[in-house]
This record gives sequence, structure tokens and C-alpha cells, in this order.
Amino acid sequence: MPNMSLEKNKMPVQEPDVRNKNFSEVALGYTEQQALDEAQRCLNCKNKPCVSGCPVQIDIPAFIAETAKGNFEQAYKIISESSSLPAVCGRVCPQENQCECKCIRGKKGEPVGIGRLERFVADRHNALCDTPPEKPVSNGHKCAVIGSGPSGLACAGDLAKKGYDVTVFEALHTAGGVLSYGIPEFRLPKNIVQREIENLKSLGVKIETNTIVGKSVSIDELMNDEGFEAVFIGSGAGLPRFMNIKGENLNGVYSANEFLTRINLMKAYKPDSDTPVKAGTKAVIVGGGNVAMDSARCARRLGAETYIVYRRTEKELPARAEEIEHAKEEGIVFQFLTNPVEIKSDEKGWVKSIVCQKMQLSEPDASGRAKPVPIPDAFVEIDCDCVIMSIGTSPNPLIKNTTDGLDTQKWGGIIADEDGLTSKTAVYAGGDAVTGAATVILAMGAGKKSAQAIDEYIKNK
Amino acid sequence: MFEILEKISLNPTVTLMKIYAPRVAKKAEAGQFIILRTDEDGERIPLTVADYDRQNGTVTIIFQIVGATTEKLNHLNQGDCLHDFAGPLGRATETDGLKKVAVVGGGVGCAIAYPVAKKLSNLGVEVHSVVGFRNKDLVILEDEFRNVSSKFVLMSDDGSVGEKGLVTDALRKLIESGEKYDRVITIGPLIMMKFVCQLTKEFDVPTVASMNPIMIDGTGMCGGCRLTVGGQTKFACVDGPEFDGHLIDFDEAMARGAMYRPFERNAHDKVCNLFKKECE
Repeated sequence: MPNMSLEKNKMPVQEPDVRNKNFSEVALGYTEQQALDEAQRCLNCKNKPCVSGCPVQIDIPAFIAETAKGNFEQAYKIISESSSLPAVCGRVCPQENQCECKCIRGKKGEPVGIGRLERFVADRHNALCDTPPEKPVSNGHKCAVIGSGPSGLACAGDLAKKGYDVTVFEALHTAGGVLSYGIPEFRLPKNIVQREIENLKSLGVKIETNTIVGKSVSIDELMNDEGFEAVFIGSGAGLPRFMNIKGENLNGVYSANEFLTRINLMKAYKPDSDTPVKAGTKAVIVGGGNVAMDSARCARRLGAETYIVYRRTEKELPARAEEIEHAKEEGIVFQFLTNPVEIKSDEKGWVKSIVCQKMQLSEPDASGRAKPVPIPDAFVEIDCDCVIMSIGTSPNPLIKNTTDGLDTQKWGGIIADEDGLTSKTAVYAGGDAVTGAATVILAMGAGKKSAQAIDEYIKNK
Repeated sequence: MFEILEKISLNPTVTLMKIYAPRVAKKAEAGQFIILRTDEDGERIPLTVADYDRQNGTVTIIFQIVGATTEKLNHLNQGDCLHDFAGPLGRATETDGLKKVAVVGGGVGCAIAYPVAKKLSNLGVEVHSVVGFRNKDLVILEDEFRNVSSKFVLMSDDGSVGEKGLVTDALRKLIESGEKYDRVITIGPLIMMKFVCQLTKEFDVPTVASMNPIMIDGTGMCGGCRLTVGGQTKFACVDGPEFDGHLIDFDEAMARGAMYRPFERNAHDKVCNLFKKECE
């Protein structure tokens, strides 16, 4: 008999007033008892609506059924068949817009906590199973993967499992892409990312850090001189956007990318770090996405009084509901219908305040969201000594500019078909480099699809 | 790991290192830079490529000891390895169509100016070099500059070597004596480059300045290296590091360069104390 409770088992978390002063993980994960109880809320629907909401079609009812029986390792196996990064996705997927929003239980009460169960199963596996995956028999073919973020890791993992000799090229000194430089420790502990990368290495994947494809070596050189038969580009969308308003280059103004990279990749939050970061005493974050929430919550943890200014209302915030909730609990103040027009400076070239125009909503725009329009002569000035611009990113043009025959969209995204094939033979692409900034799971799905396509291409060559 | 194959002290605060980094050596050009970390917890710092040897796979860097990382770097010796060494980054110096160029370097910036002068000289361009240092103990690469320049002027702040005065004094003299340059290329402290650019603007000589702002990744990802050029925001790492000197907002660049100065001083002191303790 299923558990008919209308509510999910609550996720144990660090208390807001404690966690807003440390960088340890906020959500602590289900206990075994909670996982068993939550798994029993699943009705095991025949038509599996949840699976249709999953970008990589994990057989969700099947893994939950095993979880309910206490067969956690079997549950892990089922997830692993479709997902390369279960411990990561269980933490950062926007389940409320994916699997969980299709859950029948959600029609009356809360849906099954699918993400929380995924995380439990993955963490339990990682804690108990320390035998690394075995290296598959080599098929003698070489593939290159550019970028070690979610799409690159997924593609590399699937290719390696098929026996390919895979080398991943990473521009930074640490693998993981946005999982390492972007998402903060308190949401995604870096040891989880490193564990996934170690698993890939056990499968035989080589990771060459400090190699900037397009600068250190070109795609054509990889294919013509170094013997790679196919290339997957998963270079992400790492180029920060700015608003082009006055004062944006003042000291104390960061792109969210820079702020988060200093903290996550360079560990600037640790007192003995060689890399500095200054969140100031009062920080204003501009934007309403997950990256804005991450930036705000980091600034808060560094001791700043923290504000988020967003030009629409709470309803339109693109961030995950859980992140918004957590941010509020941690004492972050939201200023809605507020749009920066200028950043003012003190006499030393540091940020002193940010001037914003009040907005109101009108008709929906191209994105389907109500369009914010300025209210004439309605301005507010917020004193602050740090501003973090978190208004989106676009694909890095480095590879586009250095690869002949690689077609891109006007806005910079690489043009690729359903399988990820680009305009260049044997060159595939996926993830944010193709779609623009999206989610970890979509990028992972694209990487897996391309791995399949690359396998077919090389087999039929 | 990237082995230090050679280490030479050029003056008490400036060191040259040859690093084994075949991928970088294969692609590096004058004007480009690399990013390195000395150890696993180290910060990323950009340094301009001073020379390269494609055959032996080495890249030469020259650095001044100014902060914690350069202090740590200077404590490494031949046979030690750098933890990370990535590049080449940025755009190479543009040399197309140049016939006569004045290269103006200041202090450790001469380490970056020299490979540019050398490349131009190899291309058959007539090179006049004007280099300035605070005093005679700080002079670097004098012979090297002489070898690639048809005219060479050495300036020092205190007159202990060469002529007493600023590089701008020497450059003004050259221009006023009738030297016509297709381009002036200047590399050195921001304040020096600012005044070089003011001078050449007066005489309408196209001028390029090589910028070395604070950056993290060097690939366009962080935007920390942004500067204003002709009213537009540019990223030094991907759009530069060389820009039209007459369009750069040097005052903004100087303010941005000072952003972490108290932190840097503190970090440097801490590292120095650490090394001192090790010695005791």
C-alpha cells in the first residue's frame, strides 16, 4: 500500500542562520528511513508521466520501486543507465519543471521527491561503493572532447564505456566546467564533482587541463595531426554579459562569473587563499536566475548585507523555487520591478551606490513573460560597495573564431542537428555551446546523444 | 607538470625562467601571454611570453617579484615544476605593413617589449628602442635590445645609467628630430604608457599599448580584465592585450589595477615571512 501522505518528506537542511555563515552543503540529504518512506509515495504509474519530463529519460518509477524495497544499489544501476552524473543531477536539476511537475501525486498535494531520492541513491552508492568502474576493452578509436562540464563529461563517459580512447581538453586547471567554477560548494560539493571525474578516469578517459582548444591547439590539428577521429565540443556558455550602463567598470563591480570563479574555483572564501574576493559590506546582485541566487548567497556568506534587484516580479524569477526560498531564508532581500541604470563611484573609483529605475509589467514579450517597462522619473538609489552582474552568459567565441567551417548562430551558438552534428564533418557539439545557457541535465543529455551519434559515425566510416 | 629548465636572475627583483610547455611553445607568438599557477592552491597570474623555442618545446617568462605568487615563483629552481601553465592567450602583435617602429619599454615591461622588437627586426622592420629603468641596477636585456635596434636609447630616473630622464623625453626628442614612425609600441607601467600615448597623440603617431590587467581565466570568461577603449568595454584577454593607445581609458585601468593592492601587499608579506621562517 503506497504512502498517501500529501507532503514530501522534508529535506533536512542546515539552519538558515548557521548556513549563511559557512560554505558547507545546505541540504543534508535524506536518511535511509526518509528515503524508504518517500519512495513508498510513488504510485508506480503504468504510463510513467515523470519519465517524459526527464531530459535523459531515467526510468524513474523503476528506480523508486527498488529504493522502496531497500535495493539501493539496484536503484543506482537503473539511474546510471540513463544518467552520467546522478549525484550532481539529484542536487541541481530543476525537478519542479521536469519529472516532478508531471508526477500524478502532484495533482493533489506534493509530487514524489524524485530529485531527493535520486540524490539519496547516488550518495549512498558513492559512500559504500569504492570500487572504481572497470576500464572497458579498447576499440582502438580516438575521440576528443572539448570542455569538461556536464555535456563533455557525459559524452566522454559514454564514449569510454563503448571502448573509445577519449581525451578531454579543459582550458582551466581543474576539470568540471560550470560544476567546478560556477555552482557553489554549498549547493554542489566539489568532492562530488571530483568523484565523478575520477570515475571517468577509471574508465580510461584522459583529461588534459590547461589546454585551450582554439589557442593551444586547433580542432583541425587535433583531427589531422593528433589522430582524433571525431570531436565533441562542449565548451559551454561562459562569456558574461554586462548591461552597458555607466559605472560598470568601477572597482567592486563583478560579473557573476568572476565572482563565483574566485570563490568556487580559486577558493577565495577560505581565509588562507591566495586569490582575493571582495563582497563588501553591502552587495547588490543584478538578475533573477540561479546564478544570481548563487552569487547572492555567496556574498551573504562572505558577510555582506545582500540585495537582489530584478526588473520583473517574483512570479517571473527564472531561478528554481528552492533556491529562491533558500536565499530568502538566509536573509537576502529582493527588490522587484527595479532595473539598474547607473553605478556611482566614490572618489577612489569604487562603487558607492547603484541607481535603479522602477518598472511596471505590461504585455508578454517574446519570452512569454510580462515585459517590464520603466516608470518615468521613478528612481531609487541603493548604497552599496559591491555590484554583481548576473544577467546571463553567451557562448565563448574562441572556438568559432579559430575553426574553419564551423557554422554558428548570430548570437554565437554553434549550429548542430538533433544528434549534435555540426557543419563540420566528424565534429559534434552540445550543451550550452549550442543552446545558450541552460541546465546541467540538458547539457548532459546532449553529450550522451552525441556520444551515440559519434559511435555510429565511426562504426560506419 | 611544467618543468623549469633554466632560471636566471636578471636583476635583484626580475627573474627569467624557461619552462617546458610544448603545446604553448608550438603556438606562441610575440605579444601573447600565458597563465600560470605555482602550486595547487595558488592563484592564476598572467605573464607575457618573453620568448619561445618551438623545437625544444620551451617558453620563456620574465617576471618581477611584486606579490605573493611571483615571490613563490621566484623560490622555485631549475628542475622544479609549475603546477599549471596555460596558453598562449590573447592576440599576437600585429606587424603587417610596418616599416619603422619605435618600441618604448619601461621597467619589467621591457621583457615584453623585447620579443616584439626582436620579431619586428626579424621581419626587416627598422626598430628604434627606447627603454627606461629607475636606476642602473634594474637594467635588463640591454644587449638584446641593442642587437635588434638600429637606434637604442637607455634612460634612467636617476641618471645612474644612460640619460637621465623619462622615456617620453627621449621619444619626444626622436620625433622632433624628424624620425617618422609608422607605429609606436609601448609596454610598461600604466602611468608611463599613458604619457607615451599622450605624446604620440600630439604628433599623430599611431600607438599600441600592451595591457596587463588583473584576470583569472584568460579566455573571456570572467571579465575581470575589462577596460574601456574608445568608449567601449573590451576584455584584455581575448580582445587584446594590445590596444590603440590613443583610445584606452588609462585612468580607469589604473584604478582597476589597484583594486586588490592592500590584499596583495598583505599576501606578499605573509609569503615572505613564511620563507624567512623556513630559512631560520
